[in-house]
Amino acid sequence: METITPAGQLFQYLITGITVGSIYAMVAVGFNIIYNVTEIINFAQGEFVMLGGLVMVSLHVGMGLPLIAAFPATMIIVTLVGMLLDRLAISPIRRPTVLSLIIATIAASILLKGTAMFIWGKDPYDLPAFSGRNPITFLGAVIQPQYFWVIGFLIITVIVLTLFFEKTILGKAMSACADNPDAASLVGINVKQMILLSFALSAAIGAVAGIVVTPISLMEYDRGAMLAVKGFGAAVLGGLGSFPGAVIGGLILGAIESLGAGLISSGYKDAFALIVLMFVLFYKPSGIFGDIEVSKIKRF
Amino acid sequence: MNDTSNENILEVDKVVMAFGGLMALFKPDFSVQRGIIKAIIGPNGAGKTTLFNVITGFFSPTEGTVRFKGQPISSLKTHEIADRGISRTFQTIELFGNMSVLENVMLGCHTRVRASFMAAGFCLPGARRKEKEIQERAMKILRFIGLADKCNDPADSLPLGEQKILEIGRALASEPELVCLDEPAAGLNETETHVASSLIKAINAKGVTVLLVEHDMKVVMNVSDEIVVLNYGQKIAEGPPKEIRNNPKVIEAYLGGDT
Amino acid sequence: MLRIGKLPISTFAFLIIIFPWVAHQIPGIEHYTDVMVFAGIYSLITIGLSLLMGYAGQISVGHAAFYGIGAYVSGILTARYGLNPWICMLAGISVAGAVALIVGAPCLKLKGHYLAMATLAFGIIIFIVFNEEAEWTGGPDGMSGIPGLSIFGFDFDSVEKYFYLVWGFVFAAFVFSVNIIQSGAGRALRAIHSSETAANAMGVNVSGYKVLVFVYSAVLASLAGSLYAHYLNFINPATFDLFFSIKLLIMIALGGMHNLWGAVIGAGIITFLNYEWLHYFEEFEVIVYGAILLVVVIFFPDGLAGIPDMLKKRLGKH
Repeated sequence: METITPAGQLFQYLITGITVGSIYAMVAVGFNIIYNVTEIINFAQGEFVMLGGLVMVSLHVGMGLPLIAAFPATMIIVTLVGMLLDRLAISPIRRPTVLSLIIATIAASILLKGTAMFIWGKDPYDLPAFSGRNPITFLGAVIQPQYFWVIGFLIITVIVLTLFFEKTILGKAMSACADNPDAASLVGINVKQMILLSFALSAAIGAVAGIVVTPISLMEYDRGAMLAVKGFGAAVLGGLGSFPGAVIGGLILGAIESLGAGLISSGYKDAFALIVLMFVLFYKPSGIFGDIEVSKIKRF
Repeated sequence: MNDTSNENILEVDKVVMAFGGLMALFKPDFSVQRGIIKAIIGPNGAGKTTLFNVITGFFSPTEGTVRFKGQPISSLKTHEIADRGISRTFQTIELFGNMSVLENVMLGCHTRVRASFMAAGFCLPGARRKEKEIQERAMKILRFIGLADKCNDPADSLPLGEQKILEIGRALASEPELVCLDEPAAGLNETETHVASSLIKAINAKGVTVLLVEHDMKVVMNVSDEIVVLNYGQKIAEGPPKEIRNNPKVIEAYLGGDT
Repeated sequence: MLRIGKLPISTFAFLIIIFPWVAHQIPGIEHYTDVMVFAGIYSLITIGLSLLMGYAGQISVGHAAFYGIGAYVSGILTARYGLNPWICMLAGISVAGAVALIVGAPCLKLKGHYLAMATLAFGIIIFIVFNEEAEWTGGPDGMSGIPGLSIFGFDFDSVEKYFYLVWGFVFAAFVFSVNIIQSGAGRALRAIHSSETAANAMGVNVSGYKVLVFVYSAVLASLAGSLYAHYLNFINPATFDLFFSIKLLIMIALGGMHNLWGAVIGAGIITFLNYEWLHYFEEFEVIVYGAILLVVVIFFPDGLAGIPDMLKKRLGKH
């Protein structure tokens, strides 16, 4: 047995933090997709992650589908849930105000949570790690192979999304909706469909986050709300709407949380990210890279 | 207090307003005498509305000062400036749409009859008397601007012209010494414009100093005693309407612009 | 809709006064008086929230925190230090008011989603504190031994007596709030909701009013928390979790947040659902709450209190 050095311990916290932070980053990316198209903050964003994990458990462990089939199947199911959410909770609202949209997504969030409890009960579920659980020891820190999957999927997600929004016509059309919905519909963009698409995309990314994190931290029905708030923290920290910002925000938040829990108080683990969120909102709501002048122009 | 001598009620002193690299205002310099109607004109983007926002405290200027009755006000908050006696209307109508016409004007009295949360909650007799007073004053203003018969309608149900008039009425309710009107005639038809013009004159006749931003040159030439011309955030001319009309710089600014 | 006359208030007071007697006469609903104690406690919070959200237009998804602060300050000071419960109630109000002032000032500079998230995060942080500071709060297991209330030797030791105490507070808060709404201060709050720009230009101290009404709603929530603690004699953190904040949101959305009656109606209905009518669903009641909230926000944006107006408009069109 090696002895654990303080430096190794610190490194360990950092690695764990970055892994957890990758999940927050993915939730933040999900927030950003919907926000960039609709300027709505979807409070049910964390539920997609929860659903991703639990649906995957049912398909992969429960029904015995191989990983390679269960993964996309889970994404499709959660994507459909995301589209349903838009069609049942968002688009029927006749007088959309910030308040009514917040209430609608909160309603959707507790509906999804309740339904998940109905289907899966209250127990946490485990998922086999994608490439086993033989940890690698590196610089005194123990690293689970699954950590690499988490970080890998984050990188892939961000690259694919950036290309999608910057290079494809569909992606550009989606961004146009947020800048000016009236002008977008004038040039023939179907705004309602773009909103639906944004919910679909955002749900799919949530599902990926849920699938890759479940082997590390298990998954249960009531994880969504906390994931949503922390993911929002990551999004705001990096500047709401920015994908690279979401990644950096998520990683910083994860690191702060892991270091805080390890060095200060494990009981307050969940509070650290929230305190950071509040401070960012109070002192720099445009995020660490954001431009204050720009954020003043934003509608919300 | 109320002397109508040549005292300057408002002085704009080399105000600079920069947004990032963009200079919206660059050191315009002018003053407004108590009791007159002064118009600010200039092509689109000349900085007129920005100037209003600086005067009324929505923006604090990057450099320079604005003085009201000799006192610098640039560092005050918007509501404090309103307290001192400057009132305004907005280019894009900013009525309280969900409130009635009467309530809109009553809200305008806010600065003059302060409502304390506690006194109101305990329904102290003083609070109730104040409320009555405000209502009477608001009705008087509604009669003055000709909207008394619509006092209970929701403000956003009024046609555009009447909404503009109502905004002026609301601005008067605070009994301002200076009122800043931001394009009161924009979007109005000829009759409505005429009503607005006479209203501006009537307000002025009551001793209120008027600062006016307006695109409709007929209105400007008809009502104002003096005109300041802005272009690209700078003052290019100042004087009585007759002079301004023939000022080559002004003509060039307008012709060189988009008009 | 905005004018709340003396007649409806008196009728309301009368119905409340006879309620325990009526409930006692009808077999099977005798315990409704007990449920109504909770309805009253929740009404205190929703009345404040109605002013904050419905009138001033400022959203909060964290008021469970102020409710909890009231309960814990009362609980800790009475059970651990043996102080007089009424003094503890005042202490709770002061602490909640001070926290609301400190948190509210920066929070209320934010708008819409940002404000919702900030208050949500605040609520969760306070919830974690209740769980973690076990030396004071008893941790997740909660704390017991909180005494009941009495005044000048008169004990509020029966359900009926406590019912009248709680609803006495509700009545006072209701009338106080009605007075505010019908004064210049209430007009200023609605003006802020409609256009902060114009309100500012008309001399309304927008940020000042926002913080003031936030503190007021926190004080009422804290009072409710103290009443809750002294009624049950036991508190634990789970009562003050995020879901309770959401339940408060459901109450005022269901009742209609632009209307003080709505605050009381919504609190009443949700309380009865909570304690009486949803037993059948057990833990799955959360699905029912979600469904209610969704139906309200889509079909009845002005809540139950807005239905008469809605009908009038519909009929007027035909």
